[in-house]
Amino acid sequence: MTDRDVTSAEPVLAIRDLSVGLRARSGVTELIRGVSLDIRPGERVGLVGESGSGKSLTMLAVMGLLASPVAVTGGSVTLGGTQLVGASDRTLRALRGSEIAMVYQDPMTSLDPLQRVGEQIAEGLRAHGVSRHEASERTVAALAEVQLPDPARLARSYPHELSGGMRQRVMIAAALAGNPRLLLADEPTTALDVTIQRQILSLVARIQRARNLAVLWVTHDLGVAAQFVQRLAVMYAGRVVEVGPTTAIFSDPQHPYTAALLDAVPSTTGERAALGQIPGSPPEPGSFPAGCSFASRCRQALPRCTRAEPILEQRPSGVEAACFVPPAEWRA
Amino acid sequence: MSSPAAPVLAASDLVKIYPPASRAGRPSTALAGVSLDLAEGTCLGVVGESGCGKSTLARLLVGLERPTAGTVLLQGQTVTSFRRPELARRLQLVSQDPFSSLNPRLTVSSALTEVLLVHHRVDGKKQAAARVADLLEMVSLGPQFASRLPHEMSGGQAQRVAIARALAAEPQILVLDEPTSALDVSVRAGIVNLLAGLRTDLALSYLFISHDMAVIRQLSDQIGVMYAGRFVERGPWQSVMSEPLHPYTRALLQAVPEPHPDGSLLGGPEGSAEESTEGTLEPGESPAAASAQTGCKYAPRCPIRIDRCLTEEPPLEIVTGAHEAACYRAGVPVEPGDVPAEAGGVGERA
Repeated sequence: MTDRDVTSAEPVLAIRDLSVGLRARSGVTELIRGVSLDIRPGERVGLVGESGSGKSLTMLAVMGLLASPVAVTGGSVTLGGTQLVGASDRTLRALRGSEIAMVYQDPMTSLDPLQRVGEQIAEGLRAHGVSRHEASERTVAALAEVQLPDPARLARSYPHELSGGMRQRVMIAAALAGNPRLLLADEPTTALDVTIQRQILSLVARIQRARNLAVLWVTHDLGVAAQFVQRLAVMYAGRVVEVGPTTAIFSDPQHPYTAALLDAVPSTTGERAALGQIPGSPPEPGSFPAGCSFASRCRQALPRCTRAEPILEQRPSGVEAACFVPPAEWRA
Repeated sequence: MSSPAAPVLAASDLVKIYPPASRAGRPSTALAGVSLDLAEGTCLGVVGESGCGKSTLARLLVGLERPTAGTVLLQGQTVTSFRRPELARRLQLVSQDPFSSLNPRLTVSSALTEVLLVHHRVDGKKQAAARVADLLEMVSLGPQFASRLPHEMSGGQAQRVAIARALAAEPQILVLDEPTSALDVSVRAGIVNLLAGLRTDLALSYLFISHDMAVIRQLSDQIGVMYAGRFVERGPWQSVMSEPLHPYTRALLQAVPEPHPDGSLLGGPEGSAEESTEGTLEPGESPAAASAQTGCKYAPRCPIRIDRCLTEEPPLEIVTGAHEAACYRAGVPVEPGDVPAEAGGVGERA
């Protein structure tokens, strides 16, 4: 599938101006502010950012898994034609596992330690009306698809009998068994060794292409983003500050935060020089400053950056960035 | 490793076997014969994946545990023969989680003062206050941090305090066990740069342990790669990174997701770059060092193994210059068609 096919298709998931806040008697503390993102069939999109940037919260909001007092305070999330914000639990439950599936960082938090892994996958299928016999067949097929050895025997094992990498494969098998259109992944390879991570990423990439699946991959690891996703959204202080094709963002970042973040990543090749640093720390939710949230840490900041808030705008390189100062005007 | 001066820290043939966790269990070998020399003023980076024994090595080197066999010499003397304060004035450990090494009820100032007084690094409290300010400045924290409690700091700030606390004892050696692994990208960069600067400014020697090849490369003079409780490769950082000899080191380097998109996992038609990348990756996970398998512990996953690898264990030997590898096939290129015949029970993939 070429890039043009991807961009012309209707999005599987459309996030529009999504805001999430923490409701308290004293008012609402904004956590995510006006996030918009489309994911089309056959597309792998990354959501990157540091701790507290709102990337995981965005994913939970899409799944309808926010827990009070954190709630969606504005915007919409549509899956196909279905509005997910404000949808009933029943609607969401029907969609989870069949239309949307999710994998998390730690498989042990989602796998029941007392139940055989095959039963857990089959249970998910049965919840969507699949017969007992078909569920068990599809479970073995799902375990085979994630290249676990001897899937029929493996289905009878308990989570503790498996290695971390195998458990994550089981989670991916469980997520994909219901044949969803959209896979949401929250740092599923972060706790794994790099060699195992590489295997999992290759595996998901292959299945994703074969099924023309839409994937939203949340990660803090810019290397994983560089290698794995076609499009990337960079979050900072609850906002998307830059979004566009991965290659364009990495070769020519348009937001000073993205540029600084890329400078801070060590590499196994190239010249060995001091890593780039970003002074200060991100603003805490509840004390987001006026203007651009990154301005106080930004080497390129102009007086207007602390007064007005830049919005995402198209740049010639094909990405959108929320910054008043184009790279051509950046100080060294 | 050759170095003109006597090493500040030396380990020879370290073996660590832990007793079985249950009555039915088997003893577990975390280290299966590790020797190393840390030359004064240098940084030895130790890299490896989960279970390779790198953290056990750190614990033995700082005297937190005794080896089952082998010795650790600190400035020529057995590390376990030092009284604790004497040891602490020579060698300090900085670990992954700074909050676990900081008392939650002590302010930064009290925590640092305590170390300064215990080790007689200052005369009285007044001098201690001045030294606390110095230490904070050394780790690039403002004087306002003196009155902070651990929970009032971010992970990066707390790690800086943990480093300051280690430096308060004025050791010559820091053993750094994954000090940046829990940190965000931009915070990690600050700590890596800080550690690089401190080593030069204070003429420290580092043993730096990490699972992250790129971070190891950033700080190390020498890099040692561990697998299943042993060094499988060791040498000057440039050689190990650019001309890796052991097939495991090459697999590890190849698996690192580089922050430069090269299309290796990006979309594209079937049979494109991704498929070929997958073909050169070994299946399976690191075995425990205890695994009963004879020969090279990496052989079952190795795409270029020969029969000898399955029966005889290759020793760590000089291959070129100061670059050592424990491999009968050191430097033999891996062809795309080379895949292990079968994963021999440790395999993840069929």
